[in-house]
This record gives sequence, structure tokens and C-alpha cells, in this order.
Amino acid sequence: MANLRSRLLIILGCVLVSAWTLFPRTVIERVKRDGVFVYDTVQRVPLKKGLDLQGGMHLTLEVDESKQAVADKAEALDRALKVIRQRIDEFGVAEPVVQKIGTDRLIVELPGIDDPERAQSVVSEAAFLQFQVTDRTQAFERVVARLDQAAAAAGITAATSTSAGDTAKRVGVTSLFGGDSAAGDSASRDSAAAGADSAAPPTDGRGLFASRVAPGAIPGQYIVAAEDFPLLERALSTPSVQAVLPPGKQLKWGAEEVENGAQRFRELYMLDTKPIITGDYLVDARPNSDPVDGNVVTFTLNNEGGRRFRNETAKHLKENMAIVLDDKVMTAPTIQSAIGRNGQITLGGGTLQAAQDLALVLRAGALPVPLKITEVRNIGASLGEDSISKGVRALMLGVALVVLIMIGYYRFAGMLAVGALILYVLYTLAVLAGFNAVLTLPGLAGFVLSVGIAVDANVLIFERIREEIDGGKSVRLAIDEGFNHALSAIIDSAVTTILSGAVLYQYGSGPVRGFAVTLIAGVVASLFTALFVSKTFFMLWLQQTRGAKALSI
Amino acid sequence: MIRIFYKSRYDFLRFWRIAAALTVAFILLGLASFGFTGGVNYSIEFTGGTLMQLTFKQPPDVATLRSTVESAGISGAEITQYGEATDYTIRAQDAASVESQAAGAEGIAKRIGDALTTRYGADEVTVVRTEAVGPKVGAELRRGAILALILTSIISLVYLAIRFDWRFGTAAVLSLVHDVLLTMAFIKLFDIEVSLTVVAAVLTVLGYSANDTIIIFDRIRENLKKDRKASLYDLINRSINETLGRSIMTHATTLAATLALLFFAGEVLRPFSIVMAFGVVIAVFSSMYVASSLLLYIEARYPRAEEDRQHRVGAAEEMQALASGGSAGRKTAKARNAAPAR
Repeated sequence: MANLRSRLLIILGCVLVSAWTLFPRTVIERVKRDGVFVYDTVQRVPLKKGLDLQGGMHLTLEVDESKQAVADKAEALDRALKVIRQRIDEFGVAEPVVQKIGTDRLIVELPGIDDPERAQSVVSEAAFLQFQVTDRTQAFERVVARLDQAAAAAGITAATSTSAGDTAKRVGVTSLFGGDSAAGDSASRDSAAAGADSAAPPTDGRGLFASRVAPGAIPGQYIVAAEDFPLLERALSTPSVQAVLPPGKQLKWGAEEVENGAQRFRELYMLDTKPIITGDYLVDARPNSDPVDGNVVTFTLNNEGGRRFRNETAKHLKENMAIVLDDKVMTAPTIQSAIGRNGQITLGGGTLQAAQDLALVLRAGALPVPLKITEVRNIGASLGEDSISKGVRALMLGVALVVLIMIGYYRFAGMLAVGALILYVLYTLAVLAGFNAVLTLPGLAGFVLSVGIAVDANVLIFERIREEIDGGKSVRLAIDEGFNHALSAIIDSAVTTILSGAVLYQYGSGPVRGFAVTLIAGVVASLFTALFVSKTFFMLWLQQTRGAKALSI
Repeated sequence: MIRIFYKSRYDFLRFWRIAAALTVAFILLGLASFGFTGGVNYSIEFTGGTLMQLTFKQPPDVATLRSTVESAGISGAEITQYGEATDYTIRAQDAASVESQAAGAEGIAKRIGDALTTRYGADEVTVVRTEAVGPKVGAELRRGAILALILTSIISLVYLAIRFDWRFGTAAVLSLVHDVLLTMAFIKLFDIEVSLTVVAAVLTVLGYSANDTIIIFDRIRENLKKDRKASLYDLINRSINETLGRSIMTHATTLAATLALLFFAGEVLRPFSIVMAFGVVIAVFSSMYVASSLLLYIEARYPRAEEDRQHRVGAAEEMQALASGGSAGRKTAKARNAAPAR
């Protein structure tokens, strides 16, 4: 019985390997201790849980070509991936995944995140830092009349504020019928009239910009009432309005609303387009709390950047320098003296956490291309735990039912099948762990389902053995024939299942891929347990009973 | 030894008309409801939009919940209870807002979340799940799902064509198409939300149903070789009867696992489990009635060469007899069945 012994050895070897694969091991991992992420050793079973089971955030990002054309998307995306990975590493996530999908998409998976909004902004913020000198040449005052004309020609009038987002054409029509109801004050009625018939000049000569933009405290700074902001922002993003601006100058908004008593403002800056310096030269950035300025981020430039910064700031002494992050002006301090390698960004009313996040994204660098978020999934940790406990409950029950059916119907042979089924569960989990597969909720469902399907092969074999015994064959021969004849049907069913699983894997996303993987792993494991393991069990039984006359099947 | 349907001699094929009428009626009903109420109920991942799953401390008043969501500036959101009385989902499928969220504007989920916290207090309501999908991603996934369905069918066709001859293969694939149509009609009629997991269930059903058909066809082929005298009609009937026990058993175990999922795996997996359970049940039906009847029909229409001539004659006669009133065919079938099978 050397054959039987080697079969038993193979099965035992597989059990040992599986047990070893699944044995909880010590790994070094980022874990959260008192709210801080540290590297530590933890004991865990090497089966990875998907985001839907452990809670966390999934983001899909895409190159946003609406803002700028991108020549080499794939290359830019590779650089973006590096930047995002560095940001996330510093942000502190246990086991993040940053992956390129195709040529224009990135997926980011952040398990165990408890502040999804913050995580989202750390990932997707462009973090493009520029230092630009504010305009001292009254450029805005020189072009304001032409800005108004351009805005009126584009059909952007006061009436737009009530129907924001509509097309210019429809705005014109609405204002024809209800210019008065659009807004209360007379100025808006005037510009509404101007919008209705753009050929007619504004009645009192005060257009959109002239009536709504007031000079601010420093040169190049203007203020706009908060309620006018959406309208003006829309006007300024219109290409025909942009075209009116003098060459070498640009208008940029302040980052946040400013409160002054009961009034709320947005700041608008006229800036020199060419920046003194950009964030490319930045080598370090740290959050800080300053007694005077509140929360700030201090930064350090490299040698070349420091030299340029010193030269440029020396040239612009007593002028104002706007610190522009992602096209929004953070602050615009006056340059008191030439600044070298070190500088500071004041956050206004920002929290220390905001300063930390800003320092983090500045350190990691700007995204080489603007990215937009096309998909966000966020699953709470409690929901994940709930899913696991329910899934495990379903698994237990499913296995119990299958065991009941098999033993109830096939008696002794059913017990052999159940023995094989236990090994099946072990092997499948080991295959999943071995291939580093991620266990998702659909994957768990696939596993429960595969338990039901796994015994199918045994059913086919047992039924065939019964038939062979009916045909008058001896038990030993019937068992052999049973396995041989059922083989082709078993292979067929395995192949069809694997094929549909493979298609699913190809076209599915995260969780569904998990399903496909467990299904395929299950089918492969069941081929082994049904054909090899249970046959060995039968052989063992035949040997122990020395060729029994009757088989309980 | 317990044996179900041991040595059964049912004349399955006799009922092919009823079976065909039932399944065609069901599929037509499904198609008709497509005509009346539009497409299936796609989930957020396919349509694009925002989904939020909330857990409240106390069961909330739906009207208040709705007004809170609307106060956040989101109109036309779908609010449904989900499992427990304290669990709710909010679905907002406004493509424009999804775009603006993608562009970095304040997201719908955040707006609803803030409105809820202000209305109910942070302790009273927890957002346990959020999904926001852009329309482009949704469209791509939809395309992928349809492609996956077509691809699986083609791969099965090729496999079956290699595995059997084209008559068996065609019958098997047509029955797979039938399964897909029937499952879609079921999904539509019972208004099951079609997510990627449900597509996965449909594909698994496809594979599973193919298995079952293969088992019966395998037996038919085996019997064809063994017994050259019996008519194809009897041969198919006998093959179905011989494989009946194992069909019932394999389905019983799979159904057991599926029902465990349906009743115990929770709300998220429910659509998957329902479709799967339906699929397991129709897989029996489709391999016994649809695939086998189709095979009989195809064999009658496109007879085999020399060696199986007598099958062809018998089958053709019986199809004709069945088609013209059926009583004659039934009689011959009965007479044949009464005779010893071997």
C-alpha cells in the first residue's frame, strides 16, 4: 500500500503547508496607538480584509483635463502616484494602497480612516505653491470698464445670481421678463437690463465689476461682498473676460471668506503672472503655532530657491507678496526685508490640524497634474465588523446544512465527504492567503457558496458509485469506476465555473474581484479534495476493512 | 440507503409545452415591464450618484428625514429603510452634483451629513457607508458588466462546442441564454437593485446552470453510445431520470448555502443571494426542460449521419406527433416507457 501511504503523505503535507500559511504571524505594521500611527509588531492571521470588511476609504482619481491639457498622461500619473503615496505615508494610514489603473486613473485605498474628508483633501489637493507680487499699477482700475463690457457681452449679469448655472441665453430671457425680481438694489436692475440687450450701454455706466468690486487695504487687493462672489467668480472664469486682463497680470481669489463685523467678504487680488518662485524649490515645511499670526506653516527652500527668493524679494521691498496655493491667495504680507531660505505661510483662522495637513502636502510636493475624484466609497469600521460577523454566521450555517444533507443522505460516505470538506475549507483559505488575495464581503459570499458547490463533485461520484453497485460490481470496483466516470463531468463543471470567474475578475472592480478570486480558489481546492482526498479516504477505508462487502453510501 | 427518485420513470419531455409556455410567459412579462417602467433598478455604482447608509439611535420619522435632506439642497433623493428600523439609506442620483463633487466642490454626502448632524445631533445618527460615483465611472462599469455577460456566453459556447458536438452545444447555449433572460425578468419583476455583485450572481448562475446541463448531456451521450435502438425521446427522458437524484442533491447543497446567505448574511448581500437562489432553482428546470427539449428539437431538425439514423427518425416522428395535438406522441412515449428501459 505504498500508493496509499504516499497519498496520505501528500494530503498531510498540504494540511501542514496550509496550516503554516494561515498561522498567525508577527508582522511589522503601522498601527494606531493613542491616535498616533507608529510602527509596531502585531500578531495576525495573514488573510487580508478588504475595505468593505474592515472599514475605510476608497478613492478613484482621474487626470482632470478640463483645467489643463496633459501631454504625457501616463508619465504624469506615475509622478502623481509617488506624490500621493508620500503624502499618505506621512498622513498615517495602516496599510494604504495606491495603484495605477489603466493609463489615466489612480485608485487609493485607505483602511481604517476616521476622518474621510481630511483624508480626501490630503490625497486630492494639488498643492501647487506660488509666490506672486501684487499689482501696484492700478491695472484693475484701467481695465474695469472693459471687464464690464466683456461680462455683459458674455451675458453674465446680476440676474445670473438667482439662476446660477444656467446658460447665458436663458439668463438673457429671464431678465427680460423679470429684471426687477432678480435682485433688490438698483445697480443689479441696471446690469440686468444690460444683460437683456447687450448692445445697449449700462444706464449709469457702472457695470458688473465697477459696481461690485471695491479697493482693499493693500495695493492690488480688492474686496467683494460674499453674496456677489458666485456671480463674479463665474464672470472671471469666462474666457472672453479673462482675455481683457492686461498681459502679465492675473486676478486670483482669496482662499477664505473674511468677516468684518456683520459683513462677509471675499478678497480678489491682481497679481503679476510670473511668480517670484514656486513650491518646486521647497525642501521642508513644518506646522507651527505663532502667538501673533496663529497657526502657520514654516518652510525651507533649497539653496537655489533661497538665492532666487532673496534676490526677488530684495527687488520688491515694501511691496506685497501673495502666497498662492492652488490658485487661491492664502495671505499677502508686505515684504519687509529680503527673505532667504526660510519663510512662513499664515493660515488666518486655520486650525493646527489644517497647518499640519498643509505642511504635509507641501513636503510631499505638488501634484504634477490636476486630479479629480470620480469615485468615493467610505465604509465605517462598525459596518465592516457587522458584515464579518453576519458573513461568518452564514458560513457556519451553510456548512452545517451541507454537512447535515451529506451525512443524512450518504451516511458513511457522506462523513468521508465532510472530512474532505473540512480540508477544503482549510485549503481554500490557505490558497487565498498564499496568493495574498483580499477577502471582501462578496468574496465571503462566494466562499459560502463554494462550500455548497464543493460537495457537488462528491455527490456526482457517490451517485455513480451507487449505480455501479446496482450494476452488480464489487464495492472496490464500483468506487474506482465511480471516480473514473464522474471525472469528466467534474472537470467540466470546474472549467465552466473558472471561466465565468475569470471573466468576472477581468471586468469587476475591487469587491467583485474578491468574489471571483474566492470562487476560483474554491473550485481549484474542491477539485483536489473531491478527486484526490476523498478517493484516498475511500482507499483507506477499503484497506482498513480489507475489502468490505457493503458500503454505506 | 436513502434514495430519492430512485429508478424514476417520469416522462419529463411530455410537459415541454407547459414548461415552454410558463417560461416564455415569465420572460415576456419581464420584457413587458421593461416597456412600462423603463430599465432595471441600477445601483449607484452603475448610475453614478451618492448613496449614504445611516444608523439612527431611535427610528427616525421619514418625513423629518426627508425634509432634512431637502434642507441640504438635495431634492428627489430616495430614502429607504434598510434592514433594521433604525437603518436608512439615502440615494441621490443627481449627475450634476456628482460632477461638482468630482471637481472638488463640497460633496453631497458632506452636505447631507452636516444637515443630519445639525438636525439630529452627532450622537443620534452615524453615517456608516458613503458611496459617490461619477457618471463616467458608472457608464464604464455598465459597459464592463454587459461585456462580461456576452463574453461568458461566448466562452461557454466555445467550450461546449469543443466538449460536445454542435447540436448539444447549441442546445446548451440556447438554454443559457434562456437562463439569462429568465433571471433578468426575475430581477426586473421583483425590482432587485442591480449592482456589480448581482451581475456576479448572474454570471455564477450561468456557470452553474451550464454544469447541470453538461451532466445531463454527458449522460445522454453515454446512453446514445450504449443503446442504439431506443428513440432519442426515450433516451433523453431516461437520462434525465438517471441523473435526477444527483441533480436534486447537488442543488440541495448549493441551495442550502445560498439560503444561509439569504437569511443570515445581512442586507448588503441580499440582492446577490436572492438572484443566486432563483438561479439555482431555475438551473434544474432549464437543464431538464429547456436544454433537453431544445436538444430533441435540434436533433429532429438537423439529423445525424448514418450511425444514428434511427434516432433521427424516431425523434422527428415524435416531435411531429407532439406538435400535432400531442396525444399520439404521449401514447408512444408511455408505451415505450412501460417497456423495460434496457
